[in-house]
This record gives sequence, C-alpha cells and structure tokens, in this order.
Amino acid sequence: MSMNTQGRPSAPSETAITSERATFTGNKALAMEEPLLFEIGRMDVCGVDLDEADDFTPALGSHARKAVPDLPALTEPETMRHYVRLSSKNYAIDAGLYPLGSCTMKHNPRLNEKMARLPGFGDVHPLQPLSTVTGAVELISELAHWLVTMTGMSAVAMSPKAGAHGELCGMMAIKAAHQAAGRDPKIVLVPESAHGTNPATAALLGYKVVSIEAREDGTVDPAAVKARIKEHEGDIAGIMLTNPNTCGLFERDIIAIAEAIHAADGYFYCDGANFNAIVGKARPGDLGVDAMHINLHKTFSTPHGGGGPGAGPVVLSERLAPFAPLPFLRKVEGGTQWVETDAELKDGEQPFGRMTAFHGQMGMYVRALAYMKSHGADGLKQASEDAVLNANYVRVGLQDLMSLPFGQRWCMHEVLFDDSFLKDTGVTTLDFAKAMIDEGYHPMTMYFPLVVHGAMLIEPTESESRSSLDLFIATMRDLVLSAQKGETDRFKGAPFHAPRGRLDETRAARNPVLKWERPAAQAVQPQAAE
Amino acid sequence: MRYLPLSDTDRADMLARVGISDIDEIFVDIPKSARIDGLLDLPRRQSEFAVERDLTRMAGKNVAASSVPFFVGAGAYKHHVPASVDHLIQRSEFLTSYTPYQPEVTQGTLQYLFEFQTQVAALTGMEVANASMYDGSTGTAEAVLMAHRVTRRNKAVLSGGLHPHYRQVVEGLSAMAGDRVEALPADPAGTEDILAAIDDETSCVVVQSPSFYGQLIDLKPIAEKAHAHGALLIAVFTEVVSLGLIEAPGEQGADIVVGEGQSIGNGLNFGGPYVGLFATRQKFIRQMPGRLCGETVDANGKRGFVLTLSTREQHIRRDKATSNICTNSGLCCLAFTIHMTLLGGNGLAKLARINHANAVKLKGALEGVAGVKVLNDAFFNEFTVKLPKPAAEVVEALAEKGVLGGVPVSRLEPGKADLSDLLLVASSEVNSDEDRAAFVAALKEVLA
Repeated sequence: MSMNTQGRPSAPSETAITSERATFTGNKALAMEEPLLFEIGRMDVCGVDLDEADDFTPALGSHARKAVPDLPALTEPETMRHYVRLSSKNYAIDAGLYPLGSCTMKHNPRLNEKMARLPGFGDVHPLQPLSTVTGAVELISELAHWLVTMTGMSAVAMSPKAGAHGELCGMMAIKAAHQAAGRDPKIVLVPESAHGTNPATAALLGYKVVSIEAREDGTVDPAAVKARIKEHEGDIAGIMLTNPNTCGLFERDIIAIAEAIHAADGYFYCDGANFNAIVGKARPGDLGVDAMHINLHKTFSTPHGGGGPGAGPVVLSERLAPFAPLPFLRKVEGGTQWVETDAELKDGEQPFGRMTAFHGQMGMYVRALAYMKSHGADGLKQASEDAVLNANYVRVGLQDLMSLPFGQRWCMHEVLFDDSFLKDTGVTTLDFAKAMIDEGYHPMTMYFPLVVHGAMLIEPTESESRSSLDLFIATMRDLVLSAQKGETDRFKGAPFHAPRGRLDETRAARNPVLKWERPAAQAVQPQAAE
Repeated sequence: MRYLPLSDTDRADMLARVGISDIDEIFVDIPKSARIDGLLDLPRRQSEFAVERDLTRMAGKNVAASSVPFFVGAGAYKHHVPASVDHLIQRSEFLTSYTPYQPEVTQGTLQYLFEFQTQVAALTGMEVANASMYDGSTGTAEAVLMAHRVTRRNKAVLSGGLHPHYRQVVEGLSAMAGDRVEALPADPAGTEDILAAIDDETSCVVVQSPSFYGQLIDLKPIAEKAHAHGALLIAVFTEVVSLGLIEAPGEQGADIVVGEGQSIGNGLNFGGPYVGLFATRQKFIRQMPGRLCGETVDANGKRGFVLTLSTREQHIRRDKATSNICTNSGLCCLAFTIHMTLLGGNGLAKLARINHANAVKLKGALEGVAGVKVLNDAFFNEFTVKLPKPAAEVVEALAEKGVLGGVPVSRLEPGKADLSDLLLVASSEVNSDEDRAAFVAALKEVLA
C-alpha cells in the first residue's frame, strides 16, 4: 500500500526545525499571538455607529447605573482581526479528522446554516401570534415526524436544549408516570460504562444510582440486570442504558433487558448519543425503549460550535407520551397544533411541566431537517453504514498494534482500544494523544469509558474518505511503533508544534483566574453614565 | 450522496479489507425482530437546490420581525446584530470545532470564553461568571439548585414578576427534585409581598428586574432581608441590554445573577438557541453549574487558557456532580462576546439609552390612544399596557393589519381574568417614528 502523504515530506529534514527560533513580535508568520481584547481595546472607541438619543425624559426611577461597565471596545476592523487571529488557534472538523469517540464530529453542511438564516426562521419571535408563524410550526411538525418514524416511537418532546437536558426531560417523564400511577420507586440502574451525565441526571431527580458491571464482552448481561432488580425489588424506577454502548458495541441482549425492566414496573431510558450508528438499520421503539434523547448536533450534523448549542429532543413510548412537557404538538385533523399552556390541555394529557422558555432550539431544528431531507431515508441508512464501515476499517488497520479490550469483534460507529500497547514504553496515554496533535490530528477520546483502563475511543464518522482513513491509520501505526521503539522524545512534552505547549491544568484549578482584571497601574476613573 | 466521500468501489474494497461481503454482517448483534428491512417510510435524498426550495417555502409562510412594525418582547428581543458578528461565528474554526478538551489546539475557543466570562462579570457587577448556560430560564433553575446547595435549605421564593416560563421551568424541576417553591401570584405592580415571603427556611429569593411586566425593581431591600435570614438573592433579567443603563444587580446585593443574553449578538430564532448568562461571587465558584475557563501557563511559560474546576462536573463526579450539564452555548456566547467587543461599555450604555428613549416615546404615543393606560412608572424598553378589550383579540387584529404589537399576558398566564386585558409592549433601537405611527394608527382602528 502506498501511503498518501498529501504533500508531507517522507522524512523530517534534520535542519528544518525552525519553530524554536524567536521572533521580535512572538508571531511566527501566519501563526500570530493575540492579546486579550481588554489589553488592546479602548474606552473611547466603538465598533458600532449609534445615533444619539433625542431629548427625552428618562423613566428609570432611581435605578440608573452610576458608571458605565468597565469594558473597552474595539473598532470593526480591529474586531475582525482579533477574532480571526483567535480562530486560527482552533482545531476544527473542516480542517481535519476529529476522531472524538462518543462526540461525533461529522461534516457540517453549509446548506444547514443558510437555511437557518432565512428571515422566516432566524428572524421570527417565539411569541408572535401563531397565525404569523405557520411555516415554523410546520417545520417543527415535519421534523417531529422524521424523528418518530426513525425511532419507531409514539411522540417526541422537542424542547430540550442539549443531550443532557433531554436525559433530564426523559427521566422527568418517567418520574411523572410513576407518580401518576401512585408509585415512588427510588432506584435507577446505570451501567458502569454510561456517560457521566446519566448518573448525574438520575441523582438530580433524587434517585439513587445503582451501577451495573459490564460482562467480559463489554456489554450488559440481562442476568446482572435481573439480579439488581431482585436486590431492590419493587423499588426500580428504570434503567439508563446507552445503545450502541460507549464501548462501541451493540447491546445484543437489549430486548431481554427491556423486558426485565418492564416486568419490574420500571421504564427503559436509552441514551441516544450513539443513535447515528443505527439510523435506518434499527428502531429503538422495536427494542423496548420508553424514552430516548436524540443529539441533533451529533446524529444530524448541526455544528458543535466550540461546545454548543446542542439540541436534545426526546422520543417517547406510548406509555410516556401523555407526560411530554409543554409546549407540545397535538395531532389534529389535517395537521398539527401547538399546545403551549395547561389551559389548552385535553383529557389524558398530563405534561410534567416545562423544560425551557419558548419552544426549544428552532435554529437547530432547521439545520437538522435540512440534513435529513438532503440525505433522505436512503442516504441516512447509507450514512450509518459508512460510519460503521469506517470504524471497522480503522479497527482492522490497527488491531495488530493497538489493544482491543474485548477482542476482535465487530464494532459499531466507534472503535475502542486500551493503552496496554504502551506498557513499559514510558509513554503515557496523554503523551500519545498530544503527539497526535503534532501530526495534525485532534486526539481521540481518552480515559472514557471508565470501565476500560486507559481507554482510547475513536470515531471517524461517515465524513471521512478512504484516503483520509488510510493516512490516519498509517500515522497511528507510526506513532505506536515509535513509542514501542523507545523514541520517547517525540512524546514527552508533546505537542511541540501547537499554538501552545502543554498547559498547566493543576495551576488553573488551584488558583482559579476566571476573568481579566485591569492592572492597578492602568486604573481608570469610572466613567459616569450619561 | 454529496455528503458521503466513500464511493461504491471504496465500500467494496473496504468490506473486503475487513473480511466480509455484505455490510449487514457487521450489524449482526441487532436482534432480527428489530432490524429494518428496506428503507424507512420517509422521502428519498434531495439535491441541495430541492431542499433549499422546500425550506424557503416554509420560511416564506412566517412573518419576519424585520418586515413589519415590531413590538414583541416578553423575554426575547429584536435588536440589530452587526454583520461582522454573524460572519465571524461562521468561520470554520469556530463553527465546526468541539468543546475545548485539548487546550493546546483550542486556544481560540478558550480565549473567547475567558473574554466572555470577563464581560458578563462586569455587566452584572459580580466577581465571576461561567462560560454560559443553555438559556436564561434553565440558568434560573440551576441557580435555584445552586442556592439550595450553598444554604443547605430547599425552599425558593419566586417573585410574581418572574417570567412565567422561567417560573414553570423552576417549578417543574423543583417538584421532581423534591424541593419546595413558593411562587407568588403574577403581579404587574409591586414587590411588597416578596419581602413578606422571606423566612428562616428560605434558601433563595428569585427576583426579575426589569420584571416580566417591564417594571424596574429595587433589589437592595430584598437583598437585605434575604441576607438577614441567611437566604440568597438570585437576580434575573431577560433583557441584557438593560444592564447598560440600570444599576448592576451585583451592586444591589445579588448573590447569583442569571439571565438571557440573546439580545446581544443573537437573533430571535423563534425561541432558541439562546445564551444563558450566569454570574456569582468568588466564594461560591465550586458550587457553580456549567463550564468554566481559567487562565494558566503552558510548558514554555506562555499564557494560555483551559477548562477548569472540572471536579464539579459529571464526567468526574458522576452522581455527585453540581449539575448534569456537560455543555454550554458556545457559538451563541461567541456571538455575544463579539457584539460586546464592538460595543464596549460606552457603546452598550448608548445602545441602552436609545432603547429606553424609544420606549419612552412609544409610551407617550400609546397613551394618546383612547382607553389605553400604561401601568409602569419605571421601566427600560418594555412596559405593560392596560387595554379596554382582551389583549389576545387586539394582538390578532393588529397582526391582520400588519403590525406585531406585543404579547398578551394571557398567552403566558392563561385563565386569569384580571390579566386578560394586559399587553406587554417592547421597543428597541430598531423601531422608527414610522413604526410607532403605524402601531398607534392600527391600535386606534382596532379599539374603535
């Protein structure tokens, strides 16, 4: 196999290390240092032209601010430069492979952005008369249809604003259902391999979390679930299970687990973070799921934006549908209807409350629906298959060098290695990840799931071409062999070519500095408000 | 399919490489009964042009705020966003990056989060701010939970001027978490009852200013009484531009300040995504929910930024975490930060003054309509109007005349007869004399 080096030299030149040479400015050609805006901003400029308010008599009572906020400004050209320079210090999916397992960094089509910015979506107010937003309600209704069809569920609560918010919503629906039945069970079962948000969500609602161990093949054993149920007989509120799970495996006994939890009068919450592996291949509703959030930003390509905003609609089974929070869509003859308040409820509708002001993440709904329509039923299925194929391709390309904790078996859309291949090399998992940065890759997910020591979770997604995967595999192989040959210089202290060297996280936590303080020497007189 | 780089040849070669001929062999762990034969009952793939045409048709059925005289507020506000803001947030390196878990290659995101935290702390008059919440309403619910952790009490008092949606979010979560909430009745006028509701079991008092009804509230006496009883004052706002003109909640004694940042840098978006602002005192930082960015140095001694104090968070503490939140409103807080950078403190003060001036002019204009009465004496850019007819009917009739004339209180407080003739009216820098004239003319016709 000839390696696609994409313009890279086949071997580093001995004399080519220029990055250590100092420059006067601290900049290195296109890699530029950038101060905080407060260090270059001034109080006497403004980047927005604003008219003076005409003569008027203020009606602020005694509440007027005595001094303007001590925040310097930049003019428009300076602002452009400041944030463009900052942007150059970020890794992004548009720049390279971002194999963060469980985070799903896939291509973000710009059509989605264009559609979300149509004035009819981006410039409408949530409390305009409903007669002036019929297209917005139609869009939400159509998205809801796609979501329940893909999942085989009865209803969907659209409003949760992120995956973890969706978990909260789903578990609140489960609690409401128990309360409506006059029950008050206290236990939620959560596998050890779960996302940390699962136990945190359960605890937030006053549940006691009981952990379930994974069996040797990395999945949950129905016998273990039944044993826990027996231990806490009559007190099981439900189970929170991720499927495909965080080890990249499909829980093959999922139906037996669902039956066991239902037999104990509990509900099955499925963490839908990995739904992107099975869209078009299997429907969670057919697996016995009662509630599942869908991370629109993962499965349906709305951009992560440096950590949000996300969107986490929750699909619900027939048993949980009546408890969906406000606002919700009601099917009526010839279409759907928004239900916003308790006063509009009909018999049987028992919403447990409201998750957020207004209707949720409309901007994300538009992007997700644009993505779904672009793919269609056929493309969505193909995307799942490609994501899974790509992960297995990486697995097969690396399994002789990196260690698979659960042996050679099919993975879903992400492949889990552990760090035992680094044993006795003197290179840590963190060193290895930071060396990947020097090679131009964002590191994979590390130390998660917690059930695997030194976990390394790689998710290439369907957005990667074969040549991209080949280069990634070749790079990883080179790094592994290098570590095993004892070339620790490449790892210790890496990254060497990033905008910053390794950062002191302990110092940041021990002495938290969470905002800029104006140095005493630069103290300014507070400017009186006009 | 234009988004999928693998060709059929690639697929066949790759399947051979992994040792199978049919992709379905990989999905063998899915129980047969749950496997989908064929395709889902949904439309097939569409070209970019076809999707664009379809969604543009839907968007065309909505009345965009910029296309009409527009006076709708009640927690979301129409402001002008400079073109450079939307351009910058669409740069790939911001738009398509992930949570900054690898600080060496995410200094761009981390530095703007640090700038954002600094700006929010300065605006609210507090010592520290986090890297944003989902929105103002969820931030308020988290603030209540935080106050419970700090005071080791579990009773919250919610003022009658709190946005009804915010109230419902707090009540819903509190009811599920087994906490107690005393929500005071909807109150367009005063705050006397808040003081009376505070006792030794109170963990926090939640007060919005400007209130849902637009009234500016003096937080100082409430802070004093809360503190005297060992409770915290949570100050809420839904219109962050107001902080350019009115005294910061931190200066008035608030312990936690939380609110909606949509007005700066972010569009209306039919309700989301928005950006929750959350600030508090230094001594409470380990009880804060959400993400925090902190300053540090790298191996070469250069200044850099990292996510910090993560021992509060669910990926470390799991069921002992301060909250289950594992994200923030990254891109929305970037938009906020860029717009705030353009404005600066002086620009924000000026923008706030224009907003207030326009609201004062609108109040004068509406008071000229027979039967209309404005209830507020102190307000920022929004106020409550008492009408001689049910407000919901008036709003619909105004919409038919091409004016979006506010939010009937009954839409958020249904079934309360004494509130049914109240209309919330908001005004900002985007409203012109012509807009106001059109509003007044239409209102006169509707009320005639």
